Amino acid sequence: MRMSNLRNNRRGRRKIFRTVLIYFSTIIAVIFFIFPIYWLIATSLKTRAQAFSTPPLFVWEPTLRNFIDIFIKRQTEIEAITGQELELATGAETFFYNSFIVTFSSIAIATVIGVLAAYSFSRYQPHGTNTLMFFILSTRMLPAIVVAIPIYFFYRSLGLYNTHIGLILLYTMFNLPFAVWMMKSFFDEVPRDIEQAALVDGSNPIKVFYKIALPQVLVGLGATIGFLIINVWNEFLFALLLTERATRTVPVMIAGTRGEVGINWGLIAAIETLYILPALVLIFVLQRFLLRGMTFGTVRGAK
Amino acid sequence: MSKPATGSRIMKIFPIVLIFPAVALVVFLVIFPLIWALGLSFYSYNVLRGEPPIFVGIENYYRLLNSLDVWRRFVLTGQFVFYSVSIEFLIGFGLAHLFYNQFRGRRLAITLVTTPLLVAPVAVGIFHRYLFDATFGIYSYIAQLFTGQSVRILSQHPMFAIVFMDVWQWSPFMMLFILAGLEAIPKHMLESSEIDRLSPLAKFRYVVWPTIRPLVALALLFRTMDAFRTFDTIFTLTGGGPGTATEVLSIQIYRMAFQFFRTGESTALAFIFLVIILLLTNVYLRLARRE
Repeated sequence: MRMSNLRNNRRGRRKIFRTVLIYFSTIIAVIFFIFPIYWLIATSLKTRAQAFSTPPLFVWEPTLRNFIDIFIKRQTEIEAITGQELELATGAETFFYNSFIVTFSSIAIATVIGVLAAYSFSRYQPHGTNTLMFFILSTRMLPAIVVAIPIYFFYRSLGLYNTHIGLILLYTMFNLPFAVWMMKSFFDEVPRDIEQAALVDGSNPIKVFYKIALPQVLVGLGATIGFLIINVWNEFLFALLLTERATRTVPVMIAGTRGEVGINWGLIAAIETLYILPALVLIFVLQRFLLRGMTFGTVRGAK
Repeated sequence: MSKPATGSRIMKIFPIVLIFPAVALVVFLVIFPLIWALGLSFYSYNVLRGEPPIFVGIENYYRLLNSLDVWRRFVLTGQFVFYSVSIEFLIGFGLAHLFYNQFRGRRLAITLVTTPLLVAPVAVGIFHRYLFDATFGIYSYIAQLFTGQSVRILSQHPMFAIVFMDVWQWSPFMMLFILAGLEAIPKHMLESSEIDRLSPLAKFRYVVWPTIRPLVALALLFRTMDAFRTFDTIFTLTGGGPGTATEVLSIQIYRMAFQFFRTGESTALAFIFLVIILLLTNVYLRLARRE
């Protein structure tokens, strides 16, 4: 009896040790991955002097001034110090407005076109479906920089350079492959018996699509749109090449601060915090579809 | 069975009408420019000079492939990809095994750990400039606490900085794949391996590895391809510098095309780059199909 007690004790102790180890590693991992984001938000709540303190400040009195300054302050402190006119001086709202317009419009178009194509590929499988699907996927494997050079010159000669329409068209196209593949994977999961029956009964195929098929993939549609938002909102290279002051999006504006002497990190951090806010919200919403979204719907992942 | 048996003309045209806009847009904005660029890569052309392009045949390719500078960038890019992807694999592997355990707060922990995946690369790059800043950066401060001397990470160890940043953002990606693989292992196989008292090593070799292998392969290939293309983060953190210490291929192409305006040559380099990516994609598709 003493033997078994001892063994139980040992097993219990091992279990406790294991639990402690698990929690300890989890905390280390979470700190490693969350710290830069925490620090970004923390910096956005610091004054200029606090952001430039050495050693870094861990305790300070938070201020929301930066969030007000980025919108209303036309003459920034940086300008006064360096004597240079900075993009930031025009107020961040223009850039957020541009980003928003471009994201919203291109996603709206890409979703409609993409869902239609995905439905057709999934249900009717017209001649050459596999070839076309691989063709659409392969365009996504292209490094952006390879297409960027010709598109830059095309846009200049077509008058699409420095326009919202130009960027919207581009982002629509770049996100179509994702929309098609992702939505096809969701359509493929829904049994097609009801649709078939309706079609055999002579229902209008357009009605069958939006009355029967579409309502069954609404969750998937939501997830797809979520990933599209991230894709467009985060895009940098083409926005950098194809926009100027009036159409500039947030990432280009943030990148424009690179290399400035005496950057007010508090202000930059405030803009960046607002800029990554959608990502911080969507990571919770999209968690269940994360693997799927990152692989174009080819890997379903655990539920 | 798969196709509805209605013979009407609408049913024949309907699917094609649905596909048409998608395919047309892709052709218009990808294939067309690509052909144009391929053509231009055989010309000597500088936008700034405004002279008409001069046909030079394969000279651009010949010059690039014989340039020591270009080969150095290949090696540099290869190093970046190799370091990043292998470290990401190791960390992802560890994290996946950690989160394979069931414990309270596991879901939340996974969500928090995967947050970097959705954060904009530009924000990541710019903010790491602050974190790595030699005077105000907290990473430099931590490095100083450990080494006792001030470390200028961005100028002294630029490769470390870009790898570190990539590892921070993309390790969770590996973790997701490997965790999905672990969760796909049939429970009864794990139980019988317990009963048979397999050593942990044997259990991994015969039970775990065969199941997670295809997902690990996919994850590695996805990451390799993406790491090769990395532009935003490195461009905003170091801009390729100091000097050309972190000028990976995509940044070199960018500089060539939009700073030095050696347009013809830059499209040639872009196509060399494209061929490398296509070869990698091919390997990926083969592995994916086998799965």
